[in-house]
Amino acid sequence: MRDALRPRGGPDRSPAPATRRSNARHSEARKVIELRDVWLCFDQPVLRGVNLHVCEGETLLVLGESGMGKSTILKLILRLLVPDRGSVRVFGREITRLPFREVLRMRRRIGMVFQYAALFDSLTVFENVAYPLRENTKLSEREIERIVCERLELVDLDAARVAARLPGELSGGMRKRVGIARAIATDPEVILYDEPTAGLDPLAVERIVELIRRLQVELGVTSVVVTHDLRAGFKIASRVNLLCEGRIRFDGTPEELLAADDPYIRAFVEAA
Amino acid sequence: MARVLIAVDTWMRGVALGVQDYFLLGGRALRFAMARPFYWRDVVTQMDRIGAGSVPIVLLTGLFTGMVLALQSSVELGKFGATLYIGNLVGASMVRELGPVLSSLAVAGRAGSGIAAELGSMRVTEQIDALETMGTDPIKKLVTPRLLAAVITMPLLTIIADVIGILGGLTIAIIRLQIPPGTYLRGVGSTLALSGFVGGVFPRDFVSGLVKPVVFGALIALTGSYYGLNAAGGTEGVGRATTRAVVVSSMLIFATDYFMTQLLLVVLPPVS
Repeated sequence: MRDALRPRGGPDRSPAPATRRSNARHSEARKVIELRDVWLCFDQPVLRGVNLHVCEGETLLVLGESGMGKSTILKLILRLLVPDRGSVRVFGREITRLPFREVLRMRRRIGMVFQYAALFDSLTVFENVAYPLRENTKLSEREIERIVCERLELVDLDAARVAARLPGELSGGMRKRVGIARAIATDPEVILYDEPTAGLDPLAVERIVELIRRLQVELGVTSVVVTHDLRAGFKIASRVNLLCEGRIRFDGTPEELLAADDPYIRAFVEAA
Repeated sequence: MARVLIAVDTWMRGVALGVQDYFLLGGRALRFAMARPFYWRDVVTQMDRIGAGSVPIVLLTGLFTGMVLALQSSVELGKFGATLYIGNLVGASMVRELGPVLSSLAVAGRAGSGIAAELGSMRVTEQIDALETMGTDPIKKLVTPRLLAAVITMPLLTIIADVIGILGGLTIAIIRLQIPPGTYLRGVGSTLALSGFVGGVFPRDFVSGLVKPVVFGALIALTGSYYGLNAAGGTEGVGRATTRAVVVSSMLIFATDYFMTQLLLVVLPPVS
């Protein structure tokens, strides 16, 4: 199982380009996202002193069992949730104390791909992708149309065929790709992926993984990918954090994860 | 005993927090009505859905209310040989109370439930989170247009209900009671004139009958939005939110009607 997951070398299967430089530059790269001693409790504690950071240009993979709080970390980064204790710094600013207007400005620099795409079901594909451009820019409609078509082509969707369709008329994979197109519409500096391959068939998973890899190369964004799909995650990650019982149990490269002696990590990898 | 007290305490805290959140939602929605960006297209869309879409049900409500009122009152007035005053009674009842209250109840059931269902569905499918991640305040985008639309259209719907209710009563007066139309309509006019005029132009009852639906409209929009935005638990949660929105809107309409009537009797006292 471990061999099947091991990132393979070679020009067409090599891990995301960020891996080749992230280890060398990790220590001096700017930290774009930083969680320090973050605690969060709902009915019971979800996060118990999480320390996590993401450097500029890298792709961090956050692994963990279902219900461990992986998606909660993304919501903390976006300040959709506020920690009970601890610090969340994004783009060098402590966001837990930011005025709401500043939070909205910060969010416009981040793109989010939701687990089930979260497309606005009363808007067409075109209107969904155009939405952040219309909300946050003063671009003309012609320019917006050009950008929307470009983004749809970037995610391998034929704009002429899908632009006028409603999300309910699309397959799961297509909805996911429209969600990605919408997330990158305004050229964000950071992209957050919440279970990007959830609910997709193997071929669709492969297409989404390739798309994410291509976006990393072409856009050079910083990414955080939350998933429990090791196979897909290892193809795109430069670094891995494993969340367990509210804490980061492992922080290292995918190869280091596969070589770890920790019994829990070994069991997690074997079960994948 | 201790468990009972704890349960009561928890329940009361929940209610108090809910009331606080409700008023905070209302305050923010009102504040955003005066701050850019103005989502005018959304306001117009909601006016069409809440206002124009409710015309059929308001017509039916007003028509049958006026007809039943004329029928029932003819029985009692007939005992005193005073059926000629049916126009007075129907006119006063419709304009002062039944037009505003019953049309608001009809709109609460139709549009209020629609608001709760739509926003609730958006909440459970993460569309509201998606709005927030794209730097849009969901209250500004979703609640304020509905609030403005309801506040603008409810008085217009009330006028429709009043007019059609009076005409419904006229139908019964002519067909069942053989009362001349002129007698009936003079009765309507005289009873409205007897209560006095605001500014020397507008009948006092007419003005007070239009102030109430403005407040009722705000309650309908805010209550539907509150329960929709707080929906949780998938489709079952959306169903619960929809039901609660209608029930609570209706209760608030009745309670507010009483207090507003008391207030208007002081602020706009009828001429004795």
